[in-house]
Amino acid sequence: MENLMTACCSECTHSPSQPCPDYIKCRTEGPICHDSEACRQKRQQLMDKVQVSPDKPHRRVLVCAGTGCISSGSRDVYNRMEAAVKEAGIDDCEVSITGCHGFCEQGPIVIIEPEGIFYGGVGADDVEEIVEKQLKNGEPVERLLYTEPTSGEKDKYYRDIMFYKKQERMVLKNCGHINPEKIDEYIITGGYRGLVKALTEYKPEEVIEEVKTSGLRGRGGGGFPTGLKWQFTAQAEGDQKYVVCNADEGDPGAFMDRSILEGNPHSVIEGMIIAGYAVGANEGYVYVRAEYPLAIKRLEIAIAQAEQYGILGDNIFDSGFSFKLRIKAGAGAFVCGEETALLNSIQGERGMPRVRPPFPANKGLWGKPTLLNNVETYANVPIIMEHGGRWYASRGTEKSKGTKVFALTGKVNNTGLAEVPMGITLREIIFDIGGGIKEGKQFKAVQIGGPSGGCLPAEKLDLPIDYDSLIDAGAMMGSGGLVVMDETTCMVDLARFFLTFTQNESCGKCTPCREGTKRMLEILTRITEGEGKEGDIETLERLAKSVKNTALCGLGQTAPNPILSTLRYFRDEYKAHIEKKWCPAGVCSALTVYKIDPDKCKGCTKCAKVCPVSAIKGEPKEVHEIDPEVCTKCGTCMENCKFEAIYKG
Amino acid sequence: MACQCGQGQKQTDKDKKLQAVFARYRGQKGALIPVLQASQDIYGYLPREVMERIAKELRIPFSKVFGVATFYAQFHLKPRGENIIRVCLGTACHVRGGAKVFAKLKEELQIEDGETTEDLKFTLESVACIGACGLAPVMVINEDTHGRLTPEKVPEILDRYR
Repeated sequence: MENLMTACCSECTHSPSQPCPDYIKCRTEGPICHDSEACRQKRQQLMDKVQVSPDKPHRRVLVCAGTGCISSGSRDVYNRMEAAVKEAGIDDCEVSITGCHGFCEQGPIVIIEPEGIFYGGVGADDVEEIVEKQLKNGEPVERLLYTEPTSGEKDKYYRDIMFYKKQERMVLKNCGHINPEKIDEYIITGGYRGLVKALTEYKPEEVIEEVKTSGLRGRGGGGFPTGLKWQFTAQAEGDQKYVVCNADEGDPGAFMDRSILEGNPHSVIEGMIIAGYAVGANEGYVYVRAEYPLAIKRLEIAIAQAEQYGILGDNIFDSGFSFKLRIKAGAGAFVCGEETALLNSIQGERGMPRVRPPFPANKGLWGKPTLLNNVETYANVPIIMEHGGRWYASRGTEKSKGTKVFALTGKVNNTGLAEVPMGITLREIIFDIGGGIKEGKQFKAVQIGGPSGGCLPAEKLDLPIDYDSLIDAGAMMGSGGLVVMDETTCMVDLARFFLTFTQNESCGKCTPCREGTKRMLEILTRITEGEGKEGDIETLERLAKSVKNTALCGLGQTAPNPILSTLRYFRDEYKAHIEKKWCPAGVCSALTVYKIDPDKCKGCTKCAKVCPVSAIKGEPKEVHEIDPEVCTKCGTCMENCKFEAIYKG
Repeated sequence: MACQCGQGQKQTDKDKKLQAVFARYRGQKGALIPVLQASQDIYGYLPREVMERIAKELRIPFSKVFGVATFYAQFHLKPRGENIIRVCLGTACHVRGGAKVFAKLKEELQIEDGETTEDLKFTLESVACIGACGLAPVMVINEDTHGRLTPEKVPEILDRYR
């Protein structure tokens, strides 16, 4: 089958087996190896076929096929759409799948190009109407347009939606706009140009300099300067070196890496090849968690296509540099997100962390120098190579450059992925992009950085986010999960939730983490069950600090953060649980009592009927009462009361 | 004793597949985890005999095979149900009522976390995050993701797999 890299005629000789530095340029802008008007026209025709660039109007219906939209039924939408467009005889309109738009709650998402119309919550039954109204007559289907949660107004175009307006999508630019299963679309939108530039115009050490100039820091958690890491690996002595991509995205609440791998896998591959060239490695591994089957599938397709095009393999673009890439599927262990545990897992061992030093840069995979970065970090590399480190460094704050993708979830109106410049405030993310708190409730806290991060209260809403400001505030960037909580979230219960997670995932190698997380969890559980006693807060604090200082790896060292940060900002809530035996948020069932407001109760008897333990007594049309001795605090009565007469106190 | 005809045949089919797995990975570095994954795909779980054969074929101690198989959540040493239900109890799902959905599933199936129903129809598991937070609360049955769940929706969804 003809593709972008098919030679135009016999005069054009470069191919994967006969590599040439101008390969990509020749096939997209050329031919440049020979002069022929016929060939130029033929090339242009091919380009037009896969044309996806916004400056060339091309009618396309894009159906999102990310994990979120697929589970909302986008496969059916795609199939129906393809059939309906064909049936309607609309020849100049292509129906294509794309990766994730990061706005999964609105899924399945359908975009109409070139206009850029955004339809959300599209079902297979809506397809006919879209074809009839939109594609045939150019009228939008009003009811499928997005409604702004704050103003209640409908947005016709993608670009008008507040969720996207404040974002600066660099890494996610192509996600949702190109078909991730077609390398041609990646190339035509500028893909692999950074690689060509690196291999043909830069020496390896110059690539490292460029990355250093950019100020890029690791996007997976710690925020270590990427260029420096590259330099250490490049300087390490060894006959064989490896480049590894950490795609073991395990933080609950974060899914940006999955989205990048599913929506734009080639950007990660390109970043890894550039890294391999810079540090002198010709083998790479992508370690993907087993829970992401679609990401693995898309990555497999992308690697095969890159190999077919000669972008992966021997003597890439006749530079003398060769690179091979393999996928390793994880087997379900959160600790494998820690770099040394991940390396052990690739080696087929139990995924337990190693003692550092030696660092992977010197002794990594199979004892060889190894460069480890995460998905989002690698996806930034082609952008840096294409536009230059200085350009990149002009974005963000003094010490944190570029953008960061956050996964905004929890009690916020718009949930999804938001790529924003470093230095933006939490308020802008939660209230402008996120559209504020659900059901008009009060903002209480935001958990940032997953189980390793911390909870920040309302006073910190105007904090400009970067690596260092977050650490000062007692949280951390982590992988970029942002879980928003309203007044109905209990902070002690939340700390207990995170500790349950880390305790479960503690690998057991070092004592502080193995024992410390268990004891902290025991205390937290006791407090939430109403058995808290004087001195618990102090014990928790002491334990948390010693685990933080003495645990072997990042998992253990950061596990106490949710406790320490909630103690720092919500100490009164802990005190209320322990001293007053009261849960202010009404979450901890042992510490709440359900009551009926006599002014609101109409005596409809509904609550008495639904109560599974018959704890509610009362005559029809008279105020009912709950017997606290019998009540199991299941909350069924409250959910069923039409008059909102039942409350927790 | 119940009729066992056909069973011997079935066993050899699986054994042949296992042989192919060994052939594919023999001599490769770090092969243990992919071999365990492929073996579990064949048998549905990791029977002791299979792990013993893996140890022999890869020339590593049985204790190491056992150690790796018990370390990772993905591997199972007991037979599993025809349908695997994974309920997300990650942060976003937790905040939006994932626990209630999980409780309803336990009640409907009469099993606890990690257990399999007696008729081998369903295995129920809780997971920390499946990365579909926008649809919270979420569960995955086999390959299908079910989002925006409420306890009321549970029985109807289960019926589709019964």
